[in-house]
Amino acid sequence: MRLSRKTLGIPYAVFLLLFVAAPLLVLIYFAFTNGSGQFTLANFTGFFTDPNTLGTLFYSLCIAFVTTLVCLLIAYPTAYILARSRFRRSGVLIMLFVLPMWINFTLRITAMKEILTMIEGNLAYWPFLNSVIGMTYDFLPFMILPIYNTIVRLDDSLIEAAKDLGANDRSAFFRVTLPLSAPGILSGIAMVFLPAMTNYVVLDMLYNSTYIMGSLIGSYFSAYNWHGGSMIALILLAIICIFTLLTGGDEEDTRTGGTHL
Amino acid sequence: MKKVPKILFIILVLIFLYAPILILAVYSFTDATNIGQVRGFSLQNYVTLFGTPELRDMIVGTVVLALGSAALATILGTMGAIGAFYSKKRVGTFIGTLNRVPVVNADVVTGFSICILLVVVLGIGKETYVPLVIGHVVLAAPFVFLSVLPKLKQMDPSLYEAALDLGATPARALRTIVLPQIASGIVSGFALAITLSLDDYFIATYTKPAMFDTISTYVVNATKGSQTTIKTALWALSTVIFVIVVLIVLIGNLRGKKKEGMA
Repeated sequence: MRLSRKTLGIPYAVFLLLFVAAPLLVLIYFAFTNGSGQFTLANFTGFFTDPNTLGTLFYSLCIAFVTTLVCLLIAYPTAYILARSRFRRSGVLIMLFVLPMWINFTLRITAMKEILTMIEGNLAYWPFLNSVIGMTYDFLPFMILPIYNTIVRLDDSLIEAAKDLGANDRSAFFRVTLPLSAPGILSGIAMVFLPAMTNYVVLDMLYNSTYIMGSLIGSYFSAYNWHGGSMIALILLAIICIFTLLTGGDEEDTRTGGTHL
Repeated sequence: MKKVPKILFIILVLIFLYAPILILAVYSFTDATNIGQVRGFSLQNYVTLFGTPELRDMIVGTVVLALGSAALATILGTMGAIGAFYSKKRVGTFIGTLNRVPVVNADVVTGFSICILLVVVLGIGKETYVPLVIGHVVLAAPFVFLSVLPKLKQMDPSLYEAALDLGATPARALRTIVLPQIASGIVSGFALAITLSLDDYFIATYTKPAMFDTISTYVVNATKGSQTTIKTALWALSTVIFVIVVLIVLIGNLRGKKKEGMA
């Protein structure tokens, strides 16, 4: 047999089918069955009638929304200033903002926890505030990088053209720069919102809270309730799908962009 | 915006990002058990970090897992990218779409679904390390795929054809013509795979053997424990990792500069 370039793809295709597609199918099967393998909607209705799980869903959405907003408000000006500074060619400055991404996040959260504990004493007094601080600290670089990448590639002549046509700085920014940086903002939002909804470790480490979507899976996991856990995972997956469709999902650019030194 | 507020804003964001790590680094060189205590200089945390077998095993285990799963992910992802790029459009789109799933999916869901399939349905024991390694390859291989694919697109397709016309076998043409052209993509894919594995908590927590810990799972358990010697030894670990990351970035930047200068 001749080795052709096409056959090289077969192992990876098989790998993806076995370990990406198959687990999701099993997940769907488990979500709609009970312990004895019979079809049931109980896991589904159970989720949407239990005030505890619904409350968790709502609370995670709130945390994710506020975290994303705070990240955006800090990251956009940062990315804008960096991308339009004299140093942008060297790429050294942006490196400073990306570097924390490469330090293990549990160690970074430990650091933040120690600082917050020193300032506040007991972190459980302001759970929402501390969650947002912790998550912002964790995810901020993931918002800065995609926005920076879009602004730095903007054609300066567009802004000059706007000014030549009589726009002042303000309207040139709001009518040219901001709309053109929308793709970066969207992938930044995707990079922050979804992890903020599911990354229960940040809350768990900060003040031993488990009141967030991801940790529901964790608690079903420790209770060996695969069917309930699968339903939560499936609901998360649905939210992720909707969100990815809405934002266009260019996030692979961002995660890969970070390592191109 | 005026210049001074701009610089001030940038500095404030940098303080937010770096102050916790740097303050922890300073305190890792003292015998304080909490941030804020004034204590004397001590290397005790570093002695504990490198002298405690449990900590050493955990660090070595994490690094070995990262290197091993990254190597597997790089081989699979690179072969997949070459295969997908040269296959019919439909096959390429199919692989590309499946490849996107772990990229956009939450790690919690990826880890949980792999655990369900391998451990619950197929009955593969976690103590075999098979679920853990597969989980980390699933996490990393799609990103290798995504960093190799653009390099294939940039390549001049006639080079490969020319090699075949000049009598090279397809395997030889692949090795001597295609691989060198996509090497930079493979290297950055490998680096990315390592960082993804090192940073992972969720996949490890659902698939790891009970007696094995990665840095992430160890740290999360340690923050709940009350052992202060372990807690402060982790400050030292955080400092060591910070220094290593800074060094790698510096070396990478300097080498990048050199290349630019030569071109």
